[in-house]
Amino acid sequence: MGIRGFGATEAEAFEQAALAMTAVVTDIEAVVAREVITIECESPDHELLFADWLNSLIYEMSTRKMLFRRFSVRLEGARLHAQAWGERVDPVRHHPAVEIKGATYTELRVAREREQWVAQTVVDV
Amino acid sequence: MDLTLFTRRSEFEWEIPMQGAMRVPAVIYASEALMREMDSKVHEQAVNVAKLPGIVKASYAMPDAHWGYGFPIGGVAAFDPDEGGVVSAGGVGFDISCGVRCLRTGLTRPDIMRDQNLLAEALYTRIPAGMGSTGLIHLNADEMDAMLTGGAKWAVDGGWGVPEDLERVEEHGQMLGAKPANVSEHAKKRQRDEMGTLGSGNHYLEVQEVTTLFDERIARIFGLKQGDVVVMIHCGSRGLGHQIGTDFLKRMAVAAGQYGITLPDRELACAPIHSDLGKEYLGAMRAAINCALANRQILTHLVRKVFADILPSAQLSLLYDVSHNTCKVEEHRVNGGSRKLYVHRKGATRAFGPGHPDVPEALREAGQPVLIGGSMGTGSYVLAGTAESEALAFSSACHGAGRAMSRHQALRTWKGRQVVDELAARGILIRSPSMRGVAEEAPNAYKDVTAVVDAAAAAGLARKVARVEPLVCIKG
Repeated sequence: MGIRGFGATEAEAFEQAALAMTAVVTDIEAVVAREVITIECESPDHELLFADWLNSLIYEMSTRKMLFRRFSVRLEGARLHAQAWGERVDPVRHHPAVEIKGATYTELRVAREREQWVAQTVVDV
Repeated sequence: MDLTLFTRRSEFEWEIPMQGAMRVPAVIYASEALMREMDSKVHEQAVNVAKLPGIVKASYAMPDAHWGYGFPIGGVAAFDPDEGGVVSAGGVGFDISCGVRCLRTGLTRPDIMRDQNLLAEALYTRIPAGMGSTGLIHLNADEMDAMLTGGAKWAVDGGWGVPEDLERVEEHGQMLGAKPANVSEHAKKRQRDEMGTLGSGNHYLEVQEVTTLFDERIARIFGLKQGDVVVMIHCGSRGLGHQIGTDFLKRMAVAAGQYGITLPDRELACAPIHSDLGKEYLGAMRAAINCALANRQILTHLVRKVFADILPSAQLSLLYDVSHNTCKVEEHRVNGGSRKLYVHRKGATRAFGPGHPDVPEALREAGQPVLIGGSMGTGSYVLAGTAESEALAFSSACHGAGRAMSRHQALRTWKGRQVVDELAARGILIRSPSMRGVAEEAPNAYKDVTAVVDAAAAAGLARKVARVEPLVCIKG
């Protein structure tokens, strides 16, 4: 399933793509921002960093059994610092359609297009 | 797909001749109709695989091939370690050792129909399925390492099965060469509470009826009769395999340059088999294979308990367990000689022919059972490996129907409840924690599995033995 985030900044495009990833699993309106977690990652280039960001979220979704709906990303060179707000998955309320296995490098792209940034890839479900 | 890009070698064999950086040709086995419908990305991806170092004979794609990640889904490629051959994390995929297991029940359709609803409810209640579900088994660090080394054998030793099961699992239920130390703590943590869970997406557990026999002799050897009830389980190595795929995809993508490998697509991330990283991945991937084998073994135990409570006359015995996302070391005949090759099958099933020593003795004269999962509510197939499949595609066959429509499009086309009701009217009970998931997996979102299987059989990759149709489907 392809996901794509747009933003005025690269960080915002990363945040929007993370929101799109939650939408792959459930209706984002059904997710409440109750708890916050912190994510840090580092990669040799910003496309791999974007995949790392998504994979870090996938890891947190899997081990904490959580879904996220609000994100705050800060990019500093090769590093990403982020916070994600969400809640524990509730099968009755969220009806999760799939669990995400990983963010692939298929169609992976982080670029500035005219006035906005785009960050996209395909996630394996 | 544009068929002018191919040289048609026979009715079911389409070749992309060597060009540019290709080291070998690419070959797709399919009917003309399947070729016309096939995603054009399969051509591009099969060509990219043909450019990888050490590839032997050809880059193959099965009749159910579709656009994958780096490798096409339905891709088969073998590499020679002594010719610079590589092992590719992308070529195995995220769901390492995802596969299908088939259990015979000793029951026939009339035996279960009175309790069909009860059976559906009990399986749904007692088999953990869907995102966020956890199993009943929680492993500490030592138990995790023992599971990653022991596979289905570890599960049987722990009481989740009987020793006779192991004979009917590839690698006798235990993949040798697994190195739990090569598996990251992240991967182990993802798996800690996921043993004995089905997962989600296209993973399922079905109670099925044998509706057609195509080969009575082989069906007899496999212990299948018309009207028999069987159980098929489709799932893989859960969070552990997904994390290993993620970890090594990145490491191999970053390291490719230092090994002098030019990747036509980053998703083809690979490392020489003889390199430290290649060896490290192989040890971790084999641990993930054991995780998948243990997981399907535990699910088997849970299914047996449900049947024992509801239909105590049932005797659930394993027909076979196949994995369709792997890289395995196998001996193959190439140009008249025997070579030890690293065979990647991504969405493709091993299909050893009659007499192969790795096929269980009781099944050997028939060839290896090849279990093909169809879409929810249509049908699945039991095939048998052929002798000619060795020369055609390193003894490989298709693995399923393959999607014809995106999840997004399926969701716009159907409602989950409508799919459940329509299938119930046809006598098929669906149970799932997610109606949206059901809509995304609607039967018509997939290609016609019969067309895929017919093409595999006509190409000589495998022989048709039986068709089975669902009575109950538990969807993750």
